[in-house]
Amino acid sequence: MEHSTAVESAPTNRLKFILGGFLVVAAIVYLIVSSTQASAQYFLTVEELLAKGEAVYGRDVRVSGAVIGESIQYDPQTLTLKFTVAHIPGDNKDIEAQGGLAEALRLAVSDTSRKRLQVVYYGVKPDLLRHEAQAIMTGTLGEDGIFYADELLLKCPTKYEEAVPQQVEG
Amino acid sequence: MIIDFGFGATLIAFLVSIYGVIAAIVGSRNRALKWIESARLAMLLTFPLLTVAALSLIYLLVGGHFEVEFVSSVTSRSMPLYLRITALWGAQAGSLVFWCWLLAGFASAVTLRNWERDSEFLPWVIVVALTTLSFFLMLVIFFENPFSRLWALPNGEVIVAMFQPRQGALFTPADGQGLNPLLRHPGMIIHPPMLYLGFVGFVIPYAFAIAALVTGRTDDRWIRLTRGWTLVAWLFLSLGLLLGGRWAYDVLGWGGYWGWDPVEIAAFMPWLTGTAFLHSVMIQEKRGMLKHWNMVLIILTYCLVIFGTFLTRSGVLSSVHAFAQSAIGPMFFAFIGITFIASVTLLMRRWDELKSHMQMTSMLSREALFLLNNLLFLGILVVCFWGVIFPLISEIFTGQKVTVGPPFYERATAPLFGGLLFLMGIAPLAAWRHSTVKTIGRAIWKPTLLSLVVGIIWPLLAGVRQPVALLGFWLAAFVAAVTLYEFWRGAQARSHRAGEGMLTALWRLAGRNRRRYGGYIIHLGVVLMSLGIMGIEVFQTETQGTIPQGDSLTLGEYTVTYDTLAVFNTNDGRNVARAVMSVYRRGEYLGEIYPRRDFFFESQQPMTIPGLRSTWEDDLYVILVDWQPVSIQSATFKVYHNPLVNWLWTGGLVFILGTLVAAWPEKERARAIERAKQPAYVRP
Repeated sequence: MEHSTAVESAPTNRLKFILGGFLVVAAIVYLIVSSTQASAQYFLTVEELLAKGEAVYGRDVRVSGAVIGESIQYDPQTLTLKFTVAHIPGDNKDIEAQGGLAEALRLAVSDTSRKRLQVVYYGVKPDLLRHEAQAIMTGTLGEDGIFYADELLLKCPTKYEEAVPQQVEG
Repeated sequence: MIIDFGFGATLIAFLVSIYGVIAAIVGSRNRALKWIESARLAMLLTFPLLTVAALSLIYLLVGGHFEVEFVSSVTSRSMPLYLRITALWGAQAGSLVFWCWLLAGFASAVTLRNWERDSEFLPWVIVVALTTLSFFLMLVIFFENPFSRLWALPNGEVIVAMFQPRQGALFTPADGQGLNPLLRHPGMIIHPPMLYLGFVGFVIPYAFAIAALVTGRTDDRWIRLTRGWTLVAWLFLSLGLLLGGRWAYDVLGWGGYWGWDPVEIAAFMPWLTGTAFLHSVMIQEKRGMLKHWNMVLIILTYCLVIFGTFLTRSGVLSSVHAFAQSAIGPMFFAFIGITFIASVTLLMRRWDELKSHMQMTSMLSREALFLLNNLLFLGILVVCFWGVIFPLISEIFTGQKVTVGPPFYERATAPLFGGLLFLMGIAPLAAWRHSTVKTIGRAIWKPTLLSLVVGIIWPLLAGVRQPVALLGFWLAAFVAAVTLYEFWRGAQARSHRAGEGMLTALWRLAGRNRRRYGGYIIHLGVVLMSLGIMGIEVFQTETQGTIPQGDSLTLGEYTVTYDTLAVFNTNDGRNVARAVMSVYRRGEYLGEIYPRRDFFFESQQPMTIPGLRSTWEDDLYVILVDWQPVSIQSATFKVYHNPLVNWLWTGGLVFILGTLVAAWPEKERARAIERAKQPAYVRP
């Protein structure tokens, strides 16, 4: 029934397909590995970043910290935004142990012994940048100890996700 | 009262589903038709029960019963009726009920078809559908109950519970918190139901696949039976993804439509395996090959659908770490793990029966090219999966959290998407079983020449110099030219043969072979979409600045002048700042745009709505970033120039149209199935 037109013998054919498939898979693996190397970013806490110091000068990294409200300076003419963040733990378990993100941020900001990091960002000031927000910054640490951020993400523990008792107080 | 009523209906639906699973298994074991019929009726019963549950919840939402925790968390007094109804899927608990209701609907629709010839599948389809349903109902009842009420205890504490705690009194807040304003956009209101319809739809082909594995009826019958379901599921999933992109473009105010965040990827992954599945089943139908592969694809799709349902809820999730903290996270992983292992075990048991006696004979045959297409889709899936789990892996092995962002995904997937486009051009012209460079070359040299002119020379003359863009444009032109040439060739042949006019011939041709020509229309849609994506990825430019009234910002050929800004309160609880800007291109006045910023008092949350001037050539997208509240003299704007992006949405519409054509039930369907039952190659 099968209208056989096989040009080559089956084993050679099979080998060709295995080889072809292998090449495609190898190409995909290469793409993943090389892209990972090219764009992977260390995700550090303020303490970790400062501890690394020289080792990360000029390298693209991500840092997260708690924004200190009174440090925010913004010049809308030059779009220069300066602020300071305080260290918060990177591990979710530690954050939970401190009573959740909102509580951890509050603690971080009020504790003056915490390591702090000055940040400079050129661009428009995001709305969510305010006291006790969590800033996730991508950029490089300069030799002057200031973090030059290219990208700035902010997270605020909003009232949507807060526990019920607090809703009731309001 | 209604609360207990809704919860009761959910509870009964849960018990009925469990009963249905047991009855179906018993019936199938003992070949007892009575039990199978009873299971079928149980499955049918879940739909009205869950309709009651969903309606009760909607009643509570609409009536503002804030003593129900879910209601007070997603609605408020100031919300209009339609938003209160759609708040059903505004958060986890309600969207799970909605998901269950959709699944029960799909499952009931399946049971109503004519089962005469496929009765051995029926019990196992019921088992899979109802097991899935019971899992989700269990989550609703025990973990994320939308009917839970607020209770005030004597010590002043307020707790959430379904039933009255000792000494507790029902607590009714004065007002709810309201739906997140970002979710109030029309795109976001219909986006989740579309996505969910897509997710739920894929449960059906999976159920049939498992039924085929259990019963040992492992021919392509299950694929033919579920073809329509798969296409419908895929249609809704695609629509959901498109609407999500449009929503991001309109509301999120970062000038893009897709940010590669874990939630988006979670919805995209089942689409990838689903698309691969849609292609590879054709090989099984036509050539009886890749039977294992199709099983693997549908199992993967199902697991990714469950995973996606879990991740895409209400959009609060921002990292892979967040979900492990939720109580239902481990439940989901356990369920996905168990179903995956069970499915793969079944597949292993039937492994030998699924072996094909056919062999791939030529590297350029259509089946080989389809296989390559599948590899590329799975390659993109692996890239996505790797990107999501990479932070976890690196933390385990190096103790250091390392993340990858959009550049990783773009870099790794762009060549794979390019490869898929290229295949889209040549695969439809390759013959089944055997093709050579020569036969394909003969079929495509004319459209190829045309595509070189349209895709390379035209952009070169227009000033495009980036090699990536030229390659992309050529690929798009190539696929478009080949596909249109196929339409033309088919119509011409038919018009000669049947003596019809070209248009009639084209219409009837597409009508006779909806799946094939629907597929081609989908391909054309993808081509258009790829133009939009290239436009924004390669050619997007932006500028920003703070300017006083009367001043302008210039970007390329465009100049936008800041005329005025008004700040006012609306009666639905917003403070709106709205700027009026005039747009000029090369000095010529084009019109006004109104970038604005709404601030929602209730939720203390701003929403940025860009001023948009959209044409086929490009979009001018202006965001009002900031203004001085005291004197509204100067304001800060961000201006994006997004060339060609409109083609993304237009292509999306063409894509959906093509899917509708392909999924439209055929009149001669019954006869076609009869015909398909004949051996594929009967030759003298």
